[in-house]
Amino acid sequence: MAKSSGSNLNSAVNVSELIAENKKKKSINNYMEKLVPAILFLLASITVLTTIGILYTLISQAVHFFMEIPILDFFTGTELKPLSQNPEFGILPLLNGTIFSSLIAILVAGPIGIMSAIYLSEYASDKLRRILKPLLEVLAGIPTIVYGFFAFTFVTPLIRSIWPQVEATNILSPGIVMGVMIIPMIASLSEDAMTSVPNGIREGSLAMGTTKLETTIKVVIPAAFSGIMASFVLAISRAIGETMIVTIASGSSKNFTFDLTQSMQTMTAYIVEVSGGEAPAGSTLYYSLYAVALTLFVFTLIMNLLAKYISRKFREEY
Amino acid sequence: MSMATDNKVQIEVSNNHTTTENNTTQKRVVYDTKNLNLWYSENHALKDINLEMKENEVTAIIGPSGCGKSTYIKTLNRMVELVPGVSTTGSIAYKGNNILDKAMNVEDLRTRVGMVFQKPNPFPKSIYENVAYGPKIHGIKKKALLDDIVEKSLRGAAIWDEVKDRLNENAYGLSGGQQQRICIARCLAIEPDVILMDEPTSALDPISTLKIEELIKELKQKYTIIIVTHNMQQAARISDRTVFMLNGEVVEFSETDQLFSNPKDKRTEDYITGRFG
Repeated sequence: MAKSSGSNLNSAVNVSELIAENKKKKSINNYMEKLVPAILFLLASITVLTTIGILYTLISQAVHFFMEIPILDFFTGTELKPLSQNPEFGILPLLNGTIFSSLIAILVAGPIGIMSAIYLSEYASDKLRRILKPLLEVLAGIPTIVYGFFAFTFVTPLIRSIWPQVEATNILSPGIVMGVMIIPMIASLSEDAMTSVPNGIREGSLAMGTTKLETTIKVVIPAAFSGIMASFVLAISRAIGETMIVTIASGSSKNFTFDLTQSMQTMTAYIVEVSGGEAPAGSTLYYSLYAVALTLFVFTLIMNLLAKYISRKFREEY
Repeated sequence: MSMATDNKVQIEVSNNHTTTENNTTQKRVVYDTKNLNLWYSENHALKDINLEMKENEVTAIIGPSGCGKSTYIKTLNRMVELVPGVSTTGSIAYKGNNILDKAMNVEDLRTRVGMVFQKPNPFPKSIYENVAYGPKIHGIKKKALLDDIVEKSLRGAAIWDEVKDRLNENAYGLSGGQQQRICIARCLAIEPDVILMDEPTSALDPISTLKIEELIKELKQKYTIIIVTHNMQQAARISDRTVFMLNGEVVEFSETDQLFSNPKDKRTEDYITGRFG
Protein backbone atom coordinates (compact mmCIF):
# COMPACT_ATOMS: atom_id res chain seq x y z
CA MET A 1 0.00 0.00 0.00
CA ALA A 2 2.63 2.48 1.10
CA LYS A 3 4.90 1.65 -1.80
CA SER A 4 2.34 1.85 -4.56
CA SER A 5 0.80 5.14 -3.44
CA GLY A 6 4.18 6.56 -2.43
CA SER A 7 5.39 6.83 -6.01
CA ASN A 8 2.45 9.09 -6.85
CA LEU A 9 3.08 11.59 -4.07
CA ASN A 10 5.83 14.21 -3.98
CA SER A 11 6.71 13.92 -0.28
CA ALA A 12 6.65 10.15 -0.38
CA VAL A 13 7.59 8.48 2.90
CA ASN A 14 7.81 4.79 3.37
CA VAL A 15 5.71 4.24 6.46
CA SER A 16 6.55 0.61 6.95
CA GLU A 17 10.28 1.44 6.90
CA LEU A 18 9.75 4.23 9.43
CA ILE A 19 7.88 1.87 11.73
CA ALA A 20 10.62 -0.73 11.42
CA GLU A 21 13.19 1.91 12.33
CA ASN A 22 11.20 3.02 15.34
CA LYS A 23 10.83 -0.56 16.45
CA LYS A 24 14.60 -0.82 16.84
CA LYS A 25 14.58 2.11 19.27
CA LYS A 26 11.93 0.42 21.33
CA SER A 27 14.25 -1.83 23.31
CA ILE A 28 13.95 0.48 26.33
CA ASN A 29 10.17 0.24 26.02
CA ASN A 30 10.38 -3.52 26.02
CA TYR A 31 12.29 -3.32 29.26
CA MET A 32 9.64 -1.06 30.78
CA GLU A 33 6.98 -3.45 29.55
CA LYS A 34 8.41 -6.11 31.82
CA LEU A 35 9.30 -3.81 34.71
CA VAL A 36 5.94 -2.08 35.07
CA PRO A 37 3.93 -5.19 36.00
CA ALA A 38 6.53 -6.00 38.64
CA ILE A 39 6.20 -2.52 40.17
CA LEU A 40 2.43 -2.69 40.02
CA PHE A 41 2.53 -6.09 41.70
CA LEU A 42 4.68 -4.75 44.52
CA LEU A 43 2.37 -1.80 45.10
CA ALA A 44 -0.67 -4.03 44.99
CA SER A 45 0.82 -6.40 47.54
CA ILE A 46 1.20 -3.57 50.08
CA THR A 47 -2.43 -3.97 51.18
CA VAL A 48 -2.13 -7.70 51.48
CA LEU A 49 1.16 -7.46 53.36
CA THR A 50 -0.28 -4.86 55.73
CA THR A 51 -3.19 -7.10 56.54
CA ILE A 52 -0.87 -10.01 57.17
CA GLY A 53 1.33 -7.76 59.32
CA ILE A 54 -1.57 -6.56 61.43
CA LEU A 55 -2.85 -10.06 61.85
CA TYR A 56 0.62 -11.26 62.88
CA THR A 57 0.95 -8.48 65.46
CA LEU A 58 -2.49 -9.14 66.87
CA ILE A 59 -1.94 -12.87 67.19
CA SER A 60 1.60 -12.68 68.58
CA GLN A 61 0.57 -10.20 71.27
CA ALA A 62 -2.75 -11.89 72.04
CA VAL A 63 -0.82 -15.09 72.74
CA HIS A 64 0.74 -13.38 75.77
CA PHE A 65 -2.71 -12.51 77.01
CA PHE A 66 -4.06 -16.00 76.61
CA MET A 67 -1.08 -17.38 78.51
CA GLU A 68 -2.33 -15.49 81.54
CA ILE A 69 -6.08 -15.64 81.00
CA PRO A 70 -7.42 -18.96 79.73
CA ILE A 71 -9.15 -18.53 76.40
CA LEU A 72 -12.35 -20.12 77.70
CA ASP A 73 -12.55 -17.71 80.64
CA PHE A 74 -12.03 -14.81 78.26
CA PHE A 75 -14.90 -15.77 76.00
CA THR A 76 -17.31 -16.85 78.74
CA GLY A 77 -16.50 -14.29 81.43
CA THR A 78 -19.27 -11.84 82.18
CA GLU A 79 -17.07 -9.61 84.35
CA LEU A 80 -14.68 -7.11 82.85
CA LYS A 81 -12.71 -5.27 85.53
CA PRO A 82 -9.34 -4.59 83.99
CA LEU A 83 -8.30 -1.95 86.54
CA SER A 84 -9.50 -3.55 89.74
CA GLN A 85 -7.24 -5.11 92.41
CA ASN A 86 -8.34 -8.51 91.21
CA PRO A 87 -8.71 -7.83 87.51
CA GLU A 88 -11.14 -9.91 85.52
CA PHE A 89 -11.08 -10.20 81.78
CA GLY A 90 -14.35 -11.53 80.39
CA ILE A 91 -15.17 -10.24 76.94
CA LEU A 92 -18.92 -10.86 77.11
CA PRO A 93 -19.81 -7.32 78.29
CA LEU A 94 -17.98 -5.94 75.28
CA LEU A 95 -19.50 -8.45 72.87
CA ASN A 96 -22.86 -7.63 74.33
CA GLY A 97 -22.33 -3.91 73.82
CA THR A 98 -21.11 -4.42 70.28
CA ILE A 99 -23.96 -6.71 69.31
CA PHE A 100 -26.58 -4.49 70.91
CA SER A 101 -25.40 -1.27 69.31
CA SER A 102 -25.10 -2.94 65.89
CA LEU A 103 -28.51 -4.55 66.25
CA ILE A 104 -30.15 -1.23 67.08
CA ALA A 105 -28.31 0.35 64.17
CA ILE A 106 -29.48 -2.25 61.66
CA LEU A 107 -33.05 -2.10 62.98
CA VAL A 108 -33.02 1.62 62.29
CA ALA A 109 -31.10 1.55 59.02
CA GLY A 110 -32.53 -1.60 57.45
CA PRO A 111 -36.13 -0.50 56.88
CA ILE A 112 -35.25 3.13 56.12
CA GLY A 113 -32.39 2.17 53.84
CA ILE A 114 -34.36 -0.31 51.81
CA MET A 115 -37.39 1.98 51.49
CA SER A 116 -35.11 4.75 50.26
CA ALA A 117 -33.57 2.34 47.77
CA ILE A 118 -36.99 1.29 46.49
CA TYR A 119 -38.04 4.89 46.10
CA LEU A 120 -34.85 5.90 44.33
CA SER A 121 -34.72 2.96 41.97
CA GLU A 122 -38.40 2.40 41.17
CA TYR A 123 -40.29 5.62 41.74
CA ALA A 124 -38.04 8.66 41.59
CA SER A 125 -37.61 10.31 38.21
CA ASP A 126 -34.13 10.31 36.72
CA LYS A 127 -33.74 13.96 37.52
CA LEU A 128 -34.73 13.54 41.14
CA ARG A 129 -32.49 10.50 41.56
CA ARG A 130 -29.51 12.41 40.25
CA ILE A 131 -30.10 15.01 42.96
CA LEU A 132 -31.10 12.72 45.83
CA LYS A 133 -28.48 10.02 45.58
CA PRO A 134 -25.43 12.27 46.02
CA LEU A 135 -27.22 14.03 48.89
CA LEU A 136 -27.81 10.69 50.55
CA GLU A 137 -24.18 9.80 50.13
CA VAL A 138 -23.13 13.04 51.81
CA LEU A 139 -24.53 11.50 54.98
CA ALA A 140 -21.86 8.82 54.66
CA GLY A 141 -19.13 11.44 54.47
CA ILE A 142 -19.84 13.05 57.85
CA PRO A 143 -16.98 12.33 60.26
CA THR A 144 -18.07 9.84 62.89
CA ILE A 145 -16.91 12.11 65.71
CA VAL A 146 -19.61 14.54 64.60
CA TYR A 147 -22.15 11.76 64.79
CA GLY A 148 -20.90 10.87 68.26
CA PHE A 149 -21.21 14.43 69.41
CA PHE A 150 -24.67 14.59 67.85
CA ALA A 151 -25.72 11.41 69.68
CA PHE A 152 -24.45 12.68 73.01
CA THR A 153 -25.67 16.28 72.91
CA PHE A 154 -28.81 15.99 70.83
CA VAL A 155 -30.24 12.48 70.54
CA THR A 156 -29.68 11.40 74.14
CA PRO A 157 -31.37 14.50 75.64
CA LEU A 158 -34.20 14.03 73.14
CA ILE A 159 -34.71 10.42 74.20
CA ARG A 160 -34.45 11.40 77.85
CA SER A 161 -37.15 14.01 77.45
CA ILE A 162 -39.52 11.26 76.34
CA TRP A 163 -38.13 8.39 78.39
CA PRO A 164 -36.55 9.83 81.56
CA GLN A 165 -35.15 6.49 82.80
CA VAL A 166 -32.53 6.55 80.06
CA GLU A 167 -29.11 7.34 81.45
CA ALA A 168 -26.88 10.13 80.24
CA THR A 169 -24.69 7.60 78.54
CA ASN A 170 -26.62 4.69 77.09
CA ILE A 171 -26.44 2.24 74.21
CA LEU A 172 -29.75 3.26 72.62
CA SER A 173 -28.76 6.70 71.41
CA PRO A 174 -25.45 5.73 69.74
CA GLY A 175 -27.22 2.69 68.27
CA ILE A 176 -29.80 4.92 66.61
CA VAL A 177 -27.21 7.38 65.38
CA MET A 178 -25.06 4.57 63.99
CA GLY A 179 -28.20 3.44 62.19
CA VAL A 180 -28.51 6.87 60.62
CA MET A 181 -24.86 6.67 59.67
CA ILE A 182 -25.25 3.38 57.79
CA ILE A 183 -28.52 4.27 56.02
CA PRO A 184 -26.67 5.67 52.99
CA MET A 185 -24.64 2.50 52.71
CA ILE A 186 -27.71 0.26 52.63
CA ALA A 187 -29.71 2.66 50.48
CA SER A 188 -26.94 3.21 47.97
CA LEU A 189 -25.82 -0.41 47.61
CA SER A 190 -29.40 -1.72 47.52
CA GLU A 191 -30.31 0.92 44.97
CA ASP A 192 -27.40 -0.21 42.82
CA ALA A 193 -28.59 -3.80 43.10
CA MET A 194 -32.16 -2.89 42.17
CA THR A 195 -31.18 -0.58 39.33
CA SER A 196 -29.10 -3.35 37.79
CA VAL A 197 -32.19 -5.55 37.48
CA PRO A 198 -32.89 -5.38 33.73
CA ASN A 199 -35.89 -3.33 32.65
CA GLY A 200 -37.13 -6.19 30.51
CA ILE A 201 -38.01 -8.10 33.66
CA ARG A 202 -40.04 -5.19 35.02
CA GLU A 203 -41.82 -4.83 31.68
CA GLY A 204 -42.53 -8.56 31.62
CA SER A 205 -44.26 -8.25 34.94
CA LEU A 206 -46.11 -5.00 34.22
CA ALA A 207 -47.36 -6.42 30.92
CA MET A 208 -49.17 -9.11 32.90
CA GLY A 209 -51.36 -6.52 34.53
CA THR A 210 -49.48 -6.13 37.79
CA THR A 211 -49.13 -2.82 39.56
CA LYS A 212 -45.82 -1.13 40.04
CA LEU A 213 -45.77 -2.06 43.70
CA GLU A 214 -46.48 -5.73 42.97
CA THR A 215 -43.71 -5.74 40.38
CA THR A 216 -41.29 -4.15 42.83
CA ILE A 217 -42.07 -6.56 45.64
CA LYS A 218 -42.49 -9.79 43.68
CA VAL A 219 -39.93 -9.36 40.95
CA VAL A 220 -37.41 -6.57 41.47
CA ILE A 221 -36.59 -7.14 45.13
CA PRO A 222 -36.21 -10.93 44.77
CA ALA A 223 -34.01 -10.37 41.74
CA ALA A 224 -31.85 -7.90 43.66
CA PHE A 225 -31.96 -9.94 46.86
CA SER A 226 -28.30 -10.87 46.95
CA GLY A 227 -27.18 -7.28 46.56
CA ILE A 228 -29.60 -6.10 49.22
CA MET A 229 -28.44 -8.76 51.70
CA ALA A 230 -24.83 -7.99 50.99
CA SER A 231 -25.49 -4.32 51.72
CA PHE A 232 -27.03 -5.30 55.06
CA VAL A 233 -24.08 -7.43 56.06
CA LEU A 234 -21.56 -4.79 55.04
CA ALA A 235 -23.53 -2.19 56.99
CA ILE A 236 -23.54 -4.41 60.09
CA SER A 237 -19.83 -4.91 59.68
CA ARG A 238 -19.40 -1.15 59.54
CA ALA A 239 -21.49 -0.75 62.69
CA ILE A 240 -19.44 -3.36 64.52
CA GLY A 241 -16.24 -1.53 63.72
CA GLU A 242 -17.65 1.92 64.49
CA THR A 243 -15.76 3.56 67.36
CA MET A 244 -16.27 7.25 68.00
CA ILE A 245 -20.05 7.31 68.29
CA VAL A 246 -20.16 4.59 70.93
CA THR A 247 -17.11 5.88 72.77
CA ILE A 248 -18.67 9.30 73.19
CA ALA A 249 -22.33 8.47 73.68
CA SER A 250 -22.30 5.13 75.45
CA GLY A 251 -19.69 5.77 78.11
CA SER A 252 -17.32 3.19 79.49
CA SER A 253 -19.39 1.13 81.93
CA LYS A 254 -18.58 -2.49 81.34
CA ASN A 255 -22.12 -3.62 82.10
CA PHE A 256 -23.23 -7.05 81.08
CA THR A 257 -26.89 -6.19 80.69
CA PHE A 258 -29.74 -6.30 78.25
CA ASP A 259 -31.10 -2.95 79.40
CA LEU A 260 -30.89 -0.48 76.51
CA THR A 261 -31.14 2.52 78.80
CA GLN A 262 -27.79 1.76 80.38
CA SER A 263 -24.29 2.50 79.34
CA MET A 264 -22.49 -0.38 77.64
CA GLN A 265 -19.04 -0.55 76.20
CA THR A 266 -18.26 -1.97 72.80
CA MET A 267 -15.03 -3.70 71.80
CA THR A 268 -13.94 -0.64 69.89
CA ALA A 269 -14.67 1.73 72.75
CA TYR A 270 -12.70 -0.51 75.13
CA ILE A 271 -9.69 -0.31 72.86
CA VAL A 272 -9.96 3.48 72.80
CA GLU A 273 -10.20 3.63 76.58
CA VAL A 274 -7.33 1.27 77.32
CA SER A 275 -4.98 2.53 74.67
CA GLY A 276 -5.59 6.03 75.98
CA GLY A 277 -2.49 5.70 78.13
CA GLU A 278 -3.60 3.70 81.11
CA ALA A 279 -1.99 0.46 80.12
CA PRO A 280 1.68 -0.12 81.02
CA ALA A 281 3.39 -2.09 78.26
CA GLY A 282 3.66 -5.77 79.03
CA SER A 283 0.79 -5.83 81.52
CA THR A 284 -2.21 -8.10 81.15
CA LEU A 285 -4.28 -4.99 80.56
CA TYR A 286 -2.00 -4.05 77.69
CA TYR A 287 -2.20 -7.49 76.13
CA SER A 288 -5.96 -7.56 76.58
CA LEU A 289 -6.09 -4.85 73.90
CA TYR A 290 -4.75 -7.31 71.39
CA ALA A 291 -7.11 -10.07 72.46
CA VAL A 292 -10.10 -7.76 72.04
CA ALA A 293 -8.76 -6.37 68.76
CA LEU A 294 -8.28 -9.89 67.44
CA THR A 295 -11.86 -10.78 68.36
CA LEU A 296 -13.07 -7.65 66.61
CA PHE A 297 -10.99 -8.47 63.56
CA VAL A 298 -12.45 -11.97 63.38
CA PHE A 299 -15.97 -10.56 63.78
CA THR A 300 -15.72 -8.11 60.90
CA LEU A 301 -13.82 -10.63 58.79
CA ILE A 302 -16.65 -13.14 59.19
CA MET A 303 -19.18 -10.46 58.27
CA ASN A 304 -17.30 -9.46 55.14
CA LEU A 305 -16.85 -13.07 54.07
CA LEU A 306 -20.55 -13.62 54.69
CA ALA A 307 -21.39 -10.65 52.45
CA LYS A 308 -19.17 -12.10 49.72
CA TYR A 309 -20.72 -15.52 50.12
CA ILE A 310 -24.27 -14.17 49.98
CA SER A 311 -23.68 -12.07 46.92
CA ARG A 312 -22.08 -15.00 45.12
CA LYS A 313 -24.47 -17.71 46.28
CA PHE A 314 -27.70 -15.85 45.63
CA ARG A 315 -26.59 -13.89 42.62
CA GLU A 316 -29.14 -13.97 39.85
CA GLU A 317 -27.78 -14.23 36.36
CA TYR A 318 -29.63 -12.14 33.92
CA MET B 1 -51.18 9.22 32.90
CA SER B 2 -49.32 11.01 30.24
CA MET B 3 -51.35 9.34 27.52
CA ALA B 4 -54.83 10.46 28.28
CA THR B 5 -55.04 14.19 28.47
CA ASP B 6 -58.55 15.64 28.67
CA ASN B 7 -58.55 17.79 25.61
CA LYS B 8 -56.78 15.40 23.30
CA VAL B 9 -58.71 12.19 23.74
CA GLN B 10 -61.84 11.83 21.71
CA ILE B 11 -64.03 9.30 23.38
CA GLU B 12 -65.70 7.38 20.66
CA VAL B 13 -67.26 4.52 22.53
CA SER B 14 -70.60 4.95 20.81
CA ASN B 15 -68.99 5.08 17.37
CA ASN B 16 -66.99 1.99 18.02
CA HIS B 17 -70.12 0.18 18.92
CA THR B 18 -71.67 0.82 15.59
CA THR B 19 -68.51 -0.17 13.74
CA THR B 20 -68.48 -3.49 15.53
CA GLU B 21 -72.11 -4.17 14.71
CA ASN B 22 -71.91 -3.00 11.14
CA ASN B 23 -68.95 -5.21 10.45
CA THR B 24 -69.87 -7.58 7.67
CA THR B 25 -67.42 -10.40 8.48
CA GLN B 26 -68.34 -12.85 11.21
CA LYS B 27 -65.20 -12.23 13.25
CA ARG B 28 -65.50 -9.58 15.92
CA VAL B 29 -63.26 -6.55 15.87
CA VAL B 30 -60.95 -6.67 18.87
CA TYR B 31 -58.97 -3.51 18.35
CA ASP B 32 -60.38 -0.56 16.50
CA THR B 33 -57.84 2.23 16.17
CA LYS B 34 -59.12 5.60 15.00
CA ASN B 35 -57.04 8.64 14.13
CA LEU B 36 -54.29 7.66 16.51
CA ASN B 37 -51.42 10.09 16.80
CA LEU B 38 -48.55 9.65 19.20
CA TRP B 39 -45.68 11.88 20.14
CA TYR B 40 -42.49 11.15 22.07
CA SER B 41 -42.08 14.68 23.41
CA GLU B 42 -41.76 16.56 20.09
CA ASN B 43 -41.20 13.57 17.87
CA HIS B 44 -44.36 12.65 15.98
CA ALA B 45 -44.02 8.85 16.02
CA LEU B 46 -47.47 7.67 14.92
CA LYS B 47 -49.47 9.63 12.38
CA ASP B 48 -53.19 9.26 12.02
CA ILE B 49 -53.40 5.49 12.35
CA ASN B 50 -56.68 3.79 11.47
CA LEU B 51 -56.76 0.01 11.82
CA GLU B 52 -59.20 -2.73 12.69
CA MET B 53 -57.93 -5.98 14.09
CA LYS B 54 -60.09 -9.04 14.27
CA GLU B 55 -60.60 -11.87 16.68
CA ASN B 56 -58.68 -15.15 16.21
CA GLU B 57 -56.52 -13.76 13.50
CA VAL B 58 -52.82 -13.19 13.27
CA THR B 59 -52.14 -9.62 12.25
CA ALA B 60 -48.55 -8.89 11.33
CA ILE B 61 -47.08 -5.42 11.36
CA ILE B 62 -44.08 -4.96 9.10
CA GLY B 63 -41.94 -2.01 8.15
CA PRO B 64 -38.38 -0.73 8.33
CA SER B 65 -36.70 0.15 11.64
CA GLY B 66 -38.09 3.28 13.21
CA CYS B 67 -41.39 3.14 11.32
CA GLY B 68 -43.38 3.06 14.55
CA LYS B 69 -44.45 -0.58 14.51
CA SER B 70 -43.14 -1.32 18.00
CA THR B 71 -44.54 1.93 19.31
CA TYR B 72 -47.93 1.03 17.91
CA ILE B 73 -48.03 -2.46 19.42
CA LYS B 74 -46.94 -1.06 22.78
CA THR B 75 -49.77 1.43 22.61
CA LEU B 76 -52.22 -1.46 22.42
CA ASN B 77 -51.48 -2.39 26.04
CA ARG B 78 -50.27 1.06 27.00
CA MET B 79 -46.77 -0.16 27.77
CA VAL B 80 -45.65 2.82 25.72
CA GLU B 81 -46.47 4.96 28.74
CA LEU B 82 -43.34 3.70 30.47
CA VAL B 83 -41.43 6.06 28.17
CA PRO B 84 -41.52 9.53 29.73
CA GLY B 85 -43.06 12.33 27.68
CA VAL B 86 -45.50 10.31 25.59
CA SER B 87 -48.73 11.93 24.49
CA THR B 88 -51.52 10.72 22.21
CA THR B 89 -54.67 11.80 20.42
CA GLY B 90 -57.34 9.68 18.83
CA SER B 91 -58.75 6.47 20.19
CA ILE B 92 -58.12 2.76 20.37
CA ALA B 93 -61.23 0.81 21.16
CA TYR B 94 -60.56 -2.56 22.73
CA LYS B 95 -63.84 -4.48 22.52
CA GLY B 96 -65.67 -1.19 22.43
CA ASN B 97 -63.83 0.59 25.27
CA ASN B 98 -61.38 3.33 24.53
CA ILE B 99 -58.17 2.21 26.18
CA LEU B 100 -56.65 5.67 25.93
CA ASP B 101 -59.43 6.94 28.14
CA LYS B 102 -58.45 7.96 31.66
CA ALA B 103 -61.12 5.71 33.09
CA MET B 104 -59.49 2.61 31.58
CA ASN B 105 -57.62 0.63 34.21
CA VAL B 106 -54.28 -0.36 32.66
CA GLU B 107 -53.88 -3.34 34.97
CA ASP B 108 -57.21 -4.76 33.79
CA LEU B 109 -56.30 -4.10 30.18
CA ARG B 110 -52.93 -5.81 30.51
CA THR B 111 -54.53 -8.79 32.21
CA ARG B 112 -56.65 -9.28 29.09
CA VAL B 113 -53.87 -8.44 26.66
CA GLY B 114 -50.64 -10.36 27.10
CA MET B 115 -47.30 -9.40 25.65
CA VAL B 116 -44.20 -11.25 24.47
CA PHE B 117 -41.09 -9.13 24.08
CA GLN B 118 -38.25 -8.96 21.63
CA LYS B 119 -35.68 -10.27 24.09
CA PRO B 120 -36.83 -13.23 26.19
CA ASN B 121 -37.38 -11.80 29.66
CA PRO B 122 -38.19 -14.60 32.10
CA PHE B 123 -38.00 -13.67 35.76
CA PRO B 124 -34.93 -14.91 37.64
CA LYS B 125 -37.09 -17.57 39.27
CA SER B 126 -37.81 -21.25 38.66
CA ILE B 127 -39.66 -22.30 35.51
CA TYR B 128 -42.68 -23.14 37.65
CA GLU B 129 -42.65 -19.79 39.43
CA ASN B 130 -42.33 -17.95 36.13
CA VAL B 131 -45.51 -19.48 34.78
CA ALA B 132 -47.38 -19.38 38.09
CA TYR B 133 -46.48 -15.72 38.60
CA GLY B 134 -49.47 -14.22 36.79
CA PRO B 135 -52.17 -16.46 38.31
CA LYS B 136 -50.62 -16.02 41.77
CA ILE B 137 -50.49 -12.26 41.57
CA HIS B 138 -54.08 -12.20 40.40
CA GLY B 139 -55.15 -14.11 43.50
CA ILE B 140 -55.05 -17.81 42.60
CA LYS B 141 -53.45 -19.57 45.54
CA LYS B 142 -54.49 -23.23 45.45
CA LYS B 143 -51.44 -25.37 44.75
CA ALA B 144 -53.35 -28.03 42.82
CA LEU B 145 -54.97 -25.45 40.59
CA LEU B 146 -51.65 -23.68 40.03
CA ASP B 147 -50.04 -27.00 39.10
CA ASP B 148 -52.75 -27.52 36.49
CA ILE B 149 -52.37 -24.01 35.12
CA VAL B 150 -48.59 -24.36 34.86
CA GLU B 151 -48.84 -27.66 33.00
CA LYS B 152 -51.58 -26.43 30.70
CA SER B 153 -49.70 -23.22 29.89
CA LEU B 154 -46.40 -24.99 29.28
CA ARG B 155 -48.18 -27.48 27.02
CA GLY B 156 -49.87 -24.57 25.27
CA ALA B 157 -46.49 -23.02 24.62
CA ALA B 158 -45.15 -26.35 23.31
CA ILE B 159 -42.42 -26.62 25.90
CA TRP B 160 -43.90 -28.98 28.50
CA ASP B 161 -41.99 -32.05 27.29
CA GLU B 162 -38.69 -30.19 27.41
CA VAL B 163 -39.06 -28.83 30.94
CA LYS B 164 -41.46 -31.11 32.81
CA ASP B 165 -38.63 -32.79 34.72
CA ARG B 166 -36.99 -29.57 35.79
CA LEU B 167 -39.78 -27.21 36.72
CA ASN B 168 -37.86 -26.09 39.79
CA GLU B 169 -34.76 -25.06 37.92
CA ASN B 170 -34.05 -21.43 37.17
CA ALA B 171 -35.50 -20.33 33.84
CA TYR B 172 -32.18 -18.69 32.99
CA GLY B 173 -30.66 -22.13 32.50
CA LEU B 174 -32.74 -22.60 29.35
CA SER B 175 -31.79 -21.67 25.81
CA GLY B 176 -33.04 -18.41 24.30
CA GLY B 177 -35.76 -20.17 22.31
CA GLN B 178 -36.91 -22.10 25.35
CA GLN B 179 -36.90 -18.93 27.43
CA GLN B 180 -39.10 -17.24 24.85
CA ARG B 181 -41.58 -20.13 24.99
CA ILE B 182 -41.54 -19.88 28.81
CA CYS B 183 -42.47 -16.22 28.35
CA ILE B 184 -45.31 -17.27 26.06
CA ALA B 185 -46.42 -19.85 28.65
CA ARG B 186 -46.26 -17.15 31.31
CA CYS B 187 -48.50 -15.06 29.13
CA LEU B 188 -50.97 -17.93 28.50
CA ALA B 189 -51.22 -18.70 32.22
CA ILE B 190 -53.63 -15.83 32.83
CA GLU B 191 -55.65 -16.72 29.72
CA PRO B 192 -55.61 -13.39 27.93
CA ASP B 193 -57.77 -12.63 24.88
CA VAL B 194 -55.00 -11.05 22.85
CA ILE B 195 -51.28 -11.73 22.68
CA LEU B 196 -49.07 -8.93 21.45
CA MET B 197 -45.69 -10.05 20.16
CA ASP B 198 -42.96 -7.52 19.60
CA GLU B 199 -40.43 -9.18 17.27
CA PRO B 200 -40.53 -12.36 19.36
CA THR B 201 -38.04 -14.26 17.24
CA SER B 202 -35.51 -11.56 16.38
CA ALA B 203 -33.12 -12.75 19.11
CA LEU B 204 -33.54 -16.44 18.30
CA ASP B 205 -31.87 -19.00 16.05
CA PRO B 206 -33.73 -20.37 12.98
CA ILE B 207 -34.88 -23.60 14.64
CA SER B 208 -36.30 -21.82 17.68
CA THR B 209 -37.89 -19.33 15.32
CA LEU B 210 -39.59 -22.13 13.45
CA LYS B 211 -40.93 -23.59 16.69
CA ILE B 212 -42.34 -20.25 17.76
CA GLU B 213 -43.93 -19.71 14.36
CA GLU B 214 -45.63 -23.11 14.53
CA LEU B 215 -46.79 -22.22 18.00
CA ILE B 216 -48.28 -18.95 16.80
CA LYS B 217 -50.32 -20.80 14.18
CA GLU B 218 -51.72 -23.05 16.90
CA LEU B 219 -52.37 -20.23 19.35
CA LYS B 220 -54.46 -18.48 16.73
CA GLN B 221 -57.27 -20.97 17.39
CA LYS B 222 -57.81 -19.51 20.83
CA TYR B 223 -56.19 -16.10 20.83
CA THR B 224 -56.00 -12.98 18.78
CA ILE B 225 -52.39 -12.37 17.90
CA ILE B 226 -50.76 -9.16 16.81
CA ILE B 227 -47.13 -9.56 15.88
CA VAL B 228 -44.50 -7.03 14.96
CA THR B 229 -41.77 -8.44 12.77
CA HIS B 230 -39.06 -7.08 10.56
CA ASN B 231 -38.94 -10.42 8.81
CA MET B 232 -41.26 -10.26 5.81
CA GLN B 233 -41.11 -14.00 5.17
CA GLN B 234 -42.25 -14.53 8.71
CA ALA B 235 -45.20 -12.23 8.24
CA ALA B 236 -46.07 -14.05 5.01
CA ARG B 237 -45.80 -17.46 6.67
CA ILE B 238 -47.88 -16.90 9.77
CA SER B 239 -50.24 -13.97 9.41
CA ASP B 240 -53.76 -13.62 8.05
CA ARG B 241 -53.51 -9.91 7.53
CA THR B 242 -50.56 -7.59 7.28
CA VAL B 243 -50.03 -3.95 8.05
CA PHE B 244 -47.19 -2.15 6.32
CA MET B 245 -46.00 0.93 8.16
CA LEU B 246 -43.58 3.61 7.06
CA ASN B 247 -42.46 6.75 8.90
CA GLY B 248 -45.24 6.45 11.48
CA GLU B 249 -48.01 5.99 8.94
CA VAL B 250 -49.97 2.97 7.81
CA VAL B 251 -49.24 2.60 4.12
CA GLU B 252 -51.22 -0.51 3.44
CA PHE B 253 -53.37 -2.92 5.40
CA SER B 254 -54.86 -5.96 3.73
CA GLU B 255 -54.97 -9.75 3.58
CA THR B 256 -51.44 -11.08 3.78
CA ASP B 257 -51.63 -12.93 0.45
CA GLN B 258 -52.97 -9.84 -1.21
CA LEU B 259 -50.36 -7.54 0.28
CA PHE B 260 -47.44 -9.70 -0.73
CA SER B 261 -48.68 -10.79 -4.16
CA ASN B 262 -50.45 -7.71 -5.29
CA PRO B 263 -49.54 -4.64 -3.24
CA LYS B 264 -51.63 -1.59 -4.01
CA ASP B 265 -49.12 0.99 -2.94
CA LYS B 266 -45.82 1.56 -4.72
CA ARG B 267 -43.98 1.95 -1.41
CA THR B 268 -45.25 -1.43 -0.20
CA GLU B 269 -44.05 -3.02 -3.39
CA ASP B 270 -40.65 -1.37 -3.05
CA TYR B 271 -40.34 -2.59 0.50
CA ILE B 272 -41.43 -6.19 -0.02
CA THR B 273 -39.26 -6.55 -3.09
CA GLY B 274 -36.31 -5.40 -1.01
CA ARG B 275 -35.69 -2.07 -2.68
CA PHE B 276 -35.30 -0.40 0.74
CA GLY B 277 -35.57 -1.17 4.47
